[in-house]
Amino acid sequence: MNLRSSVKIQQEWDIVGARQIGRDRAKALGFGTVDQARIATAISELARNIYLYAKNGKIVFETIDDLQHKGIRILAIDCGPGIDDISQVMEDGYSTSGGLGAGLPGVKRLMDQFEINSEPGKGTEIRTVKWVR
Amino acid sequence: MRIPILKLHNYLLISIQIDLDDQTAIQFQEDLLSKIHKSGATGVVIDLTSVDIIDSFIAKVLGDVVTMSDLMGAKVVLTGIQPAVAMTLIDLGIHMQSVPTALDLEQGLLKLRQEVEE
Ligand SMILES: Nc1ncnc2c1ncn2[C@@H]1O[C@H](COP(=O)(O)OP(=O)(O)O)[C@@H](O)[C@H]1O
Ligand SMILES: [Mg+2]
Repeated sequence: MNLRSSVKIQQEWDIVGARQIGRDRAKALGFGTVDQARIATAISELARNIYLYAKNGKIVFETIDDLQHKGIRILAIDCGPGIDDISQVMEDGYSTSGGLGAGLPGVKRLMDQFEINSEPGKGTEIRTVKWVR
Repeated sequence: MRIPILKLHNYLLISIQIDLDDQTAIQFQEDLLSKIHKSGATGVVIDLTSVDIIDSFIAKVLGDVVTMSDLMGAKVVLTGIQPAVAMTLIDLGIHMQSVPTALDLEQGLLKLRQEVEE
């Protein structure tokens, strides 16, 4: 069974809403407390990036629950300015907004799979997965 | 949404009980600094027992609060950080080494008393 749902990120408050939905989903799937916190934190980082850099976009949640494995896939999709140099934004401490620059490299460590597709001028799509252990 | 700040002798006590959004976090930063200024408090304990997520934005706000309060002459101790939150902070690469922490409110007050008396 694969359940898919999404939330729009348009205002700051949507960041909190998205991470709460993610945590509830993660809990329902059987993730432990630490992984629930990891997933909620990753969503918070991705949603804030959409809000800050692309103005609006969406977070998509997919439940992966088949015979082999169980997990959650989180997609962060926007039609914002895109990212020029992906290796640069993946460096710890790199920020164009005076932030900590911990978001993207952090999400990569918080989740099990991480992939960025971005085209300058078109937008960004980040796909991450966390597996239930 | 505003986070209540309690005064106890020379100390300010805050217990964060809600899922912090950015605006509330920034408002709290302002409120705390002005309260330190008005009260002349020498120590602050921020209890995070009920906080189950700290992302890089909230971590930055908390870190800044500690630095700014310090500049104003008030020591801040963070207490009650949940194990899961401590682990996600490490994953984010945020170590908060310069931030004094304690297990709970009581230990936090003890730590303040030691720090302030030094
Ligand atoms: N969705 C996005 N669209 C365009 N640029 C982005 C997006 N997400 C992140 N970036 C860029 O990557 C940089 C690093 O992001 P991040 O690691 O989250 O750190 P921070 O948000 O603290 O700057 C940002 O400063 C921004 O320039
Ligand atoms: Mg970010």
